[in-house]
Amino acid sequence: MIPAGFDYRRAATLDEALSLLADGGDEAKLIAGGHSLLPLMKLRLAAPSMLIDIGRLGDLSFVRDGGDHVVVGALTRHRDVEIDQTLRDHVPLLAHVAGQVGDPQVRHRGTIGGSIAHGDPASDLPAACLALGASFKAVGPSGERTIDASDFFLGFLETALGPDEVLTEIIVPKATGAGWSFQKFNRRAQDWAIVGVAAVRGERTGISLINMGPTPVRASATEDALAGGASAAEAAARAAEGLEPPSDLNATPEYRVHLAQVLVRRALEEASAA
Amino acid sequence: MKVSVTVNGVPQEHEVEPRTLLVYYIREVVGLTGTNIGCDTSSCGACTVLVDGESVKSCTMLAVQADGAEITTIEGLAGSDGQMHPMQEAFREKHALQCGYCTPGMVMAAVSLLKEHPHPTEAEVREGLEGNLCRCTGYHNIVEAVLHAASTGSVSA
Repeated sequence: MIPAGFDYRRAATLDEALSLLADGGDEAKLIAGGHSLLPLMKLRLAAPSMLIDIGRLGDLSFVRDGGDHVVVGALTRHRDVEIDQTLRDHVPLLAHVAGQVGDPQVRHRGTIGGSIAHGDPASDLPAACLALGASFKAVGPSGERTIDASDFFLGFLETALGPDEVLTEIIVPKATGAGWSFQKFNRRAQDWAIVGVAAVRGERTGISLINMGPTPVRASATEDALAGGASAAEAAARAAEGLEPPSDLNATPEYRVHLAQVLVRRALEEASAA
Repeated sequence: MKVSVTVNGVPQEHEVEPRTLLVYYIREVVGLTGTNIGCDTSSCGACTVLVDGESVKSCTMLAVQADGAEITTIEGLAGSDGQMHPMQEAFREKHALQCGYCTPGMVMAAVSLLKEHPHPTEAEVREGLEGNLCRCTGYHNIVEAVLHAASTGSVSA
């Protein structure tokens, strides 16, 4: 399978990427690792007329200790997030989840920023960022802004990122010593989660769900129940409240509701045992 | 668009369409057909090559993205005297192939795996090869071969 033809431009700096994006208009797409975009282009589900390669902006690949938070450059590859010691010490959920994305080959190419900007409800990292209360820095022609993860995912593969903006940083509050759990249910090792759960329990409690709606979502009813003193089992029973999970060849909505309840219970038990 | 890469130590420079995928570049432009195309959807791992020493599915990378990189394919593992790479030797020793279609990708993924985990457990080998499918379901001997290669400590890409 071969993608439709496109113009290819390689940005040497962030400014150059922004100016190419401004020139390219709606038909231009950024590419970093390409592990979300290229599969869609090969299936001709996406056919941008211009690809702007930002994969070589090396100064956007980093992990930095920011005191009460950790900043991850958008071009940091999943493999580098997985093995970063600062993240393992202070946000172990994020490092662990990065190590569960796809398979080793995918993790050698795919980037955290690409996964966030793609905004797939079936992806692991967007849900982890939601649970952790992360925020995202975007740079555009009129400067930079920071968007909370809870305001970022707007619809199926639709985010708050403007067509002229570049996602540059993922800012994650430290969750040092907090309990956490990641539950990914699938049939084959490298598949997307049929349903998944990212949970963190410490000073801050965040429970989020993968593939339980058109966007990655918080399990708000479960979070409220926990805040009200409910047990893990009681809170988990409410995991799918208010959600409309998708139907596809892997699962019916009813089965996904069941999975969400079971997986949230497991996640809460594991997170509180930490 | 001009692409300059090194494939198995040999510098290559070609004019390619931007949409050319790395696997087609390797097979049809450079002419090395040891790298197989299996699913063509980033799933099966048959097209795995090393890009700057790390395993990559070459069906999911543009040749232009590899510009400047060092690429190693299955043809680049054996020594110039024909001496098999220790991972190839381990696959032969443990009979880790049946039809052989997945083998080039399996071997390349296994070489990358041992660079990152020189002494993996069996579970780590199985997880480390999760991106490679064997339709003969010959996983048992593949895992044996990787563990064997690790135990000899002689694998480096």
